[in-house]
Amino acid sequence: MKTVENKYRINVGMATCGIAAGARPVLAALEKKISESNIENAEAVMTGCIGVCRLEPVIEIVNPDGTKFTYVNMSAEKALEVLDEHVLNQKVLEKYTMDAAESKSFFGKQVRIAMKNCGIINPEDIEEYIAKDGYKALEKALKEMTPQEVIETVKASKLRGRGGAGFPTGLKWQFARNSVNDQKYVCCNADEGDPGAFMDRSVLEGDPHSLIEAMVIAGYAIGSDQGFVYIRAEYPTAVNRLDKSIKQAKEKGMLGKNIFGTDFNFDLEIRLGAGAFVCGEETALMTSIEGFRGEPRPRPPFPAVKGLWMKPTILNNVETFANVPQILLKGPEWFSGIGNEKSAGTKVFAVGGKIENTGLVEIAMGTTLREVVYEIGGGVPNGKAFKAAQTGGPSGGCIPASLLDVPLDYDNLINIGSMMGSGGLIVMDEDNCMVDIARFFLEFTVEESCGKCPPCRIGTKRMHEILEKIASGEGEMSDIDKLEELAKGIQASSLCGLGQTAPNPILSTLRYFRHEYEAHVKEKRCEAKVCKAMIDFEVDAKTCKACTLCLKACPVGAISGKVKEIHVIDNSKCIKCGACISRCKFGAISKKDKIVAKEAI
Amino acid sequence: MATCCCDTVRESDEKYTELKAVFEKYKDTKGSLIPVLHEAQEIFGYLPFEVQKTISEELKISLSEIYGVATFYSEFSLEPKGENVVSVCLGTACYVKGAGDILDKFKELLGIDVGECTADGKFSIAACRCIGACGLAPVLTINEDVHGRVVLEDVPKILKKYQ
Repeated sequence: MKTVENKYRINVGMATCGIAAGARPVLAALEKKISESNIENAEAVMTGCIGVCRLEPVIEIVNPDGTKFTYVNMSAEKALEVLDEHVLNQKVLEKYTMDAAESKSFFGKQVRIAMKNCGIINPEDIEEYIAKDGYKALEKALKEMTPQEVIETVKASKLRGRGGAGFPTGLKWQFARNSVNDQKYVCCNADEGDPGAFMDRSVLEGDPHSLIEAMVIAGYAIGSDQGFVYIRAEYPTAVNRLDKSIKQAKEKGMLGKNIFGTDFNFDLEIRLGAGAFVCGEETALMTSIEGFRGEPRPRPPFPAVKGLWMKPTILNNVETFANVPQILLKGPEWFSGIGNEKSAGTKVFAVGGKIENTGLVEIAMGTTLREVVYEIGGGVPNGKAFKAAQTGGPSGGCIPASLLDVPLDYDNLINIGSMMGSGGLIVMDEDNCMVDIARFFLEFTVEESCGKCPPCRIGTKRMHEILEKIASGEGEMSDIDKLEELAKGIQASSLCGLGQTAPNPILSTLRYFRHEYEAHVKEKRCEAKVCKAMIDFEVDAKTCKACTLCLKACPVGAISGKVKEIHVIDNSKCIKCGACISRCKFGAISKKDKIVAKEAI
Repeated sequence: MATCCCDTVRESDEKYTELKAVFEKYKDTKGSLIPVLHEAQEIFGYLPFEVQKTISEELKISLSEIYGVATFYSEFSLEPKGENVVSVCLGTACYVKGAGDILDKFKELLGIDVGECTADGKFSIAACRCIGACGLAPVLTINEDVHGRVVLEDVPKILKKYQ
């Protein structure tokens, strides 16, 4: 680390979420003050994601002796106060620090490999990466190992793909190495399209050199001299940092010609995605890099034989690559010793939704969902009951409370009808309707289906229509059976992973929350009171203070009454937008099961 | 294909000079169509028919294929966008926290649907997939600004800043 001795290092978390929460003015204020007042024993540095998204902007002060203090919910003024007290007066300003117990439960269970440098180093400074053993694994590979030895090491580590299906990485590399060709390619999937997942972005923004290093190693292993990073255009900060890092690596001779003075050459190019979820599928991604509509191709031939421009190609995702340098440095046994038998190492989860501590957590494989939700995540807010956790995004499924103790690894998740996916983990509480959630994901897949194969193009649309029908109160019991049959057919007959997994949100909610579907159909009742066709809004006459706030908030004039006259909602006019509920200060308005519908049964 | 305002486009020779530079930059790049479309959209704000035609001639790719690519990816727009683009994140984390209602509120206040532009050209609405700021859910962006932890009541206030 560049930190000069006896210096306080102030890390300001500047990943996208930190910036969005206002980290830029914090850093600017600190830098200004430090230079204007000539504070010689402090430096303010931008870093990547520290992981506690909920408390952004976050700064971390590393004392000269190495101890760390995390200050949260910062603003420019608060940060200056911290600078004064902590650095100049050498007193910890406790009113702004992260609660010690909370910090322990949030970070205590985490094991950081892929994210080891995130939030610690300045991602835009290659020297800081090098100071943390950066590019040592590459040097070791090039100077001390044969390409086959590199592959054997990755194989022995039992590393599996972190992007979804969990294919063994070493094996994939071996296939590509075995393919004889004059040109081969290394691709990185940084098109993190899974809504609710942002771990790849964090690695790209917090530690871009680890990806570059790993891709060069992969190039050496399979015999390729050209790599492509396919990255979402929606991640401008990540694109920018990666671009800078590639230039730095080239200047330092760690990328380009004669890397580390050997005769190995490897070049890296960034290609921007353009907002198509299907491009997360490997063959579709390659078609997109080639400049076409991102439609998948039938496999075989697999990319390791015929991939990008019909040349042997490997594709791994960002998190998978980020593990590789560490595996080479610390040995495969170290890595396979973390996690469990079939799923080695760690997994980064983006924990969000109805949970206290939204954030990025990296845990050993096999940690239970309960530990993630309750110990690291701090449980469900507002005293609400946990209903389900959704993993794997639109390809995954919902895990009910009864399975909270299932260890999170590839095989367990598949067995319970979900999947690891890229690592989004969204918690849902009693206010979320599972039919609505299934419909939400299907809407997504209908829109994102590329249209090449009919089961996915037509089938997802039909499934979505049935879900709409059920959610609007028009469903019949036979619809549920049809839905299930259709789902299984689409799973079996779609061309690529998108279609094959698109029915998962339906199948898993049918498996664990069938009663909700049945209540929607038989009783025309939405347990969570989400489906608008099945609810009424009602003012409780006892709690209503007749303040007219809700009247003014209602966009359609459905509420009648005036000052000192209890308000009444006309449900035939009401569009169930909820504006009144959020406006009422007395909690007098609530959602009720629609009475008319009940009588009609 | 929708008709477009070609006349106004042709006038902006400066933009075409910029586009020429883009062609030069990518002339040796394999699979250059998507990067070129990205930069063309950066220059023109969207991808008018005339621009697609120029790209077709320059890259020697048929216009139908360019149209196919431009309509396949949600980043590319064939219609002009508003001066301010409201993008409501409909990723899962935002959705479970009520992003759908927030989107509806914008539609109601602006009187337009997703993908449309207000008559005065001031605003257009987009529904975007996860921008990866799930910790701030529900989140939306207007141009480059990110607004996080938005509640329904904030919506009019947020709009006012851009009016």
